[in-house]
Formats: sequence, C-alpha cells, structure tokens
Amino acid sequence: MITSLAEVSPEKKASLFQRQFGRFGGCYMPELLLQSLEQLLEDYSRLKDDNSFQEKLKQTLCHYAGRPTPLTEVKRFSQAISGPKVYLKREDLLHTGAHKLNNALGQCLLAQHTGKKRIIAETGAGQHGVATATACAYLGLDCVVYMGEVDIKRQAPNVKKMKLLGADVRSVFNGSATLKDAINEALRDWTNNFENTHYCLGSALGPHPYPQIVEDFQRVIGEEVQKQVIDYGFTQPDLLIACVGGGSNAIGLFAPFLENSQIQMVGVEAGGEGVDTSRHAARFATGRPGVLHGCYTYLLQNEDGQVLPTHSISAGLDYPAVGPHHAQLFEEGRVSYQAVTDKECLQAFRLLAQSEGIIPALESSHALAYLIKIAPQLAKDCRVVVNLSGSGQKDLPQVLPLLEKELS
Amino acid sequence: MNTIEETFHTQRAFVAYFCAGDGGNDYSIEAALALEKGGVNILELGVPFSDPVADGFVIQEAAQRSLSGGTNLSDVLAIAQEIRKQSSIPIILFSYYNPLLQGGEAFYKAASQAGVNGILVVDLPPEEAGTHRLYLERYQLSGIFLVTPSTPSQRLEELGNAGAGFIYYVCRKGTTGVKTDLPSDYEEEIIRLKKYISLPIATGFGISTKEQAARALAGKADGFVVGSAFVRAMGEKASSEELCQLAQSLDPR
Repeated sequence: MITSLAEVSPEKKASLFQRQFGRFGGCYMPELLLQSLEQLLEDYSRLKDDNSFQEKLKQTLCHYAGRPTPLTEVKRFSQAISGPKVYLKREDLLHTGAHKLNNALGQCLLAQHTGKKRIIAETGAGQHGVATATACAYLGLDCVVYMGEVDIKRQAPNVKKMKLLGADVRSVFNGSATLKDAINEALRDWTNNFENTHYCLGSALGPHPYPQIVEDFQRVIGEEVQKQVIDYGFTQPDLLIACVGGGSNAIGLFAPFLENSQIQMVGVEAGGEGVDTSRHAARFATGRPGVLHGCYTYLLQNEDGQVLPTHSISAGLDYPAVGPHHAQLFEEGRVSYQAVTDKECLQAFRLLAQSEGIIPALESSHALAYLIKIAPQLAKDCRVVVNLSGSGQKDLPQVLPLLEKELS
Repeated sequence: MNTIEETFHTQRAFVAYFCAGDGGNDYSIEAALALEKGGVNILELGVPFSDPVADGFVIQEAAQRSLSGGTNLSDVLAIAQEIRKQSSIPIILFSYYNPLLQGGEAFYKAASQAGVNGILVVDLPPEEAGTHRLYLERYQLSGIFLVTPSTPSQRLEELGNAGAGFIYYVCRKGTTGVKTDLPSDYEEEIIRLKKYISLPIATGFGISTKEQAARALAGKADGFVVGSAFVRAMGEKASSEELCQLAQSLDPR
C-alpha cells in the first residue's frame, strides 16, 4: 500500500515539495540536504516579507551595486540591422559587470541574516563567482567558488578577480569540467558543510526553493524596465529578448511582464555549432524533460537518461538543463525559445561594439544575434527590449583572437 | 532467490556496493560472486550516472569509467540477470533518479524479471516518488529509502513506513568514500532510529575497515554497507580471489 508522505504530515512537507512551475521543478535531492533546503525555504519565506530585510537589500542594490541600471536606446545598432526600436537593459553596468550580483547580494544578505558565515558557489562564465566573491567581501563572509577547469581556462580574467576578492577558487576536473560539474561539486561540498554554509546557487535552477529565490532576486530587472519605458514615452514594450543558460537574467526580465499577454518574449539558447550537430546547448530544441541538479526540467540527455556534454562559445550558456520556470513557459507557449550559433553570436558581439560602443558579454550577444536575425520581419515601430545581461570585458581574451582571424 | 527480509532474518547483513559495468559486464558478474563467497549477503549494484552528486571521488571515477566503457541500462540489467542465474543473493539497484525516470515502467518490469529485489534512489525523496513507488509495487520490488543523522524524528517514522526491505542509514554528512571512523554519537543515533523504524537498518557511508564494521554492528545496526573500498579495489582490477579476501577481511560477524 502506497501512502504519500504529504498525507502523513501535510503542514510541513507541502511546502518543500509543492510544484511551483506546473509539472516542472520539485526537490530531487539526497536526504542529507532536505533539512537544509527546508530551513532555507523557511528563512527565505520569512525574510521575503520582512520589511527591514527588503529595505536593506534595496539600499545595497542602490548604493553599492548601482541600481537602477539604465535602459539605453541604441539607434545606430537598430539602423545597422534595419530593425525596430531597440532598448538595452544595461545589466553590464551593474557593479561586477553582470546581472548576477542582484542574486548574489540577495542570497548573501540572507545567509548573513541566518548566521551562515561560509558561502559556496558554482560558476560557469565566472560572473556568478565574481558576484558572490564581491558580495562576500562586502559582507565579510568566507567564499569558496567551484569552477570547471575548461571554464577556468576560457574565463581567466574572472578567475583572477575572484582570487583578488579573497575567494578560494576550486578547479573541477570531473565530467565535462564545465558549469554542471561545478554544480555537482558545490552540492557535494554542501552535503559536507551544510551546518555553517549557505550554497549561493547562481541561476534560477536547482531544487526548490532556489528557482523561486533566484527569480525573485532578479525580478528587479523587469520591474525597472516597466518604469523606464515610460521615460521613452511608451507604456509597455512589444517584445522582450534575453539569453537563456540556466535562465536567471531572462526570467528576471520576463517575470513582471508574464501576465500581460500583449508582450511577446523570446529566450535565446546556445546553438553552438548548430542544433543539428551534437555541439550545442539548446535544451528546448533537442532535449526532453528529466531530472538534473534537483529539478524536473528540459534536459539534454541520451536515451538512458545520462546527461549529454554541451558546447557553447559562451561559458554562461554551456549547461545541459534549464530553469524549471522556463520549461513551464515553453510548454505553455508563453515564451518562444530559439537558438543562435557561436558564429551568429560573434557577429552580434562585434556589431554592438562598433555601432554603439558597448561590448556585450558572449551570453548577451546571443540575444542580440537573435534580434539581428528577425529584425527584417519586425515593424519599424516595434519596441524591443533586450537584456544586456553582462559586459564582454571578461570575454576579450577568448574573443579577440577569433575576431582577428575573421577581420584579417 | 532469497528475499531481503529473509536475509536479515537469518543473519546480520553485509551489503556490498559496486558500480555496474566498471571493468566490463563479465567482471561485474565475477565480482558479485566473489564478494558473495567472501561473506557478502546483499548486493547493491550501482547504476552508473553522469552526474553523481552524492558520491565521492572513488565512485565518481568508477561511474565515469563504466559509462566511457559503454555501459547502458540494458547492460546493468543483463549483469543482474546473470548474477541471479548463478546466485540467490538479494540484488538492489542503487541509482540516481533520471535513468529510472527515462527507463520508465518498462525498466522496472525488466528489473523485476532480471531478478532484482529492490531499488534505492539516492536523489529521490519519497515525496517525489509517487510514480516510482507505484512501479515498485506493481513489479514487487522493495523501495529502499535513506535516513541520515539530520533526519528529524517524525520524518524517520514516515520514511520507515514508506520503505521496504531495510532502511539505509547514511551515518555521516558528506558524500560516499573511505573515512577514518564512525561519528562519535553513532550508537545514540541508532537508538534514536530504532525508536521510530521497525525495518532492519543497514549503516553505510565511509565504512572501509573491519573495526568500523564491527562498531556499526555493535551499535546495533542490522547490517553494514561497504562501497568505496570495493569500488577502489575493482578500479585496480582486483581478482576474484582478492575481492573475496577483501570481503572476508572486512567482515566482523
């Protein structure tokens, strides 16, 4: 006879195992970590409604991190692509150069409030690692960052920054030595140290309550856009575009607009060398639902459920699963998910630099590349907001040799 | 075939884990029989997974070797079936959830037909296990659940009721691997567990010496689990004789 545990003790268990995103999400974790996750959920639920905590976060984002970030109209870029009206949400101008700091500061403040003195984090492109190391330095917390060996090589400037900020950067050699393996290693650390350690997960994925926490902390991006479009003389954008790795910058932009069915949204995945090859990270193009890192979501896997290696020019999109909210939005058809290739990404990278004097992160360049592709089909008065989730400074050592080859 | 219940009834259990397919299918079969000869009376056959977050380095490496060697779910079941032909030892599949989820009902059915007795899923809390438990029941497989030192008392009772065969006691925090000693409050913890759980309890995570196994049993567990020590030996291609001797050397019963 099967008895559901939820029936046995509804009041407590209902929360951690309640599905947040349709059939996606959940909490598929080893028993050892369930108490920590339950504690996190309890702490977060309390602080979410705690005015003094929220005020402190707001002040920190404003006076330390540099919020609100601008919304920039890019007319020359728009002209260059014969496109519509384009506005960039400038998360590249946030302290540390990417949107990741919104979440890192939120979670580290949460950890500080709950007495956790040690923070661990995973990082792909290094942006979440830098953001966490920064938040830890600012708040006086110990910081350990796990990073795949492949990513350490292609994101050298960020590794140096993390070390300068006082973080202990630990190289991960296992598996594909990229973001997913860094998450594996961070989870292993957490099972050893959960009493004194907060795991500051960097994207809107993982076991409940992480996808919700990260989305809530990134939601500020879309909320600012809601206000900023008014300065440009309109009440709402027509189209939102953001790149999707785990999906935190995208969900941060999309979330406040989801209820408004007039606004179209596109999430752009890493098409790598093409979605018809095996070298990409386009989960919605060729993946199917499965469980990785604690949640049920779209996943690149073989028929036996083994997770497949991924490829992208951009470390931040090089991940085989995707945040569970995106999986829900995909199946409901609320958001369209598209892929662009490494090559298209590089072209967008260069075009924005040369037409506007803004160097976009390779991740964000995917969103721009998709816009370039569809620009001719969009009405000239269509208002498009692209989340420029990060700066491309970190990518220069990797990109410049590639572009030189192309330019010569 | 012996049932898990019968095994615990007869004798305290010596549970051995190794990663299926590491060293090839034939080696897995030989190893299982050798370990049984060495005193092991329950077998945990690890289903290799690409992202084993609960495992330490030794088992991660074994899973990677096994997958690189081409082991798939059918191989794991073929190994189980061949062991079953030659032995009546209870066989438990030790897996992460995604391979089972993708295998679906057909996998549970095939596992049952191959002679598997039970399934333990390391990243599947019973609250997420509705479909899993339905298939377990449909194909008469025991669902083995895990408890830990940080599992609250009320939940111990719930997990004890949800499980079948035995309860796997993860006696320390952290991942699998060879450790130096059992936690100092191990005995008190077993007393606490026994208050809420009527199923037999097998203690695992970090047991790699006879002394640790002896303490696990003296503390009144009904069995002990050795994993990484066997996996490491198999990674070094230990012979059947060596595996048998290793099992004997770890057995305090």
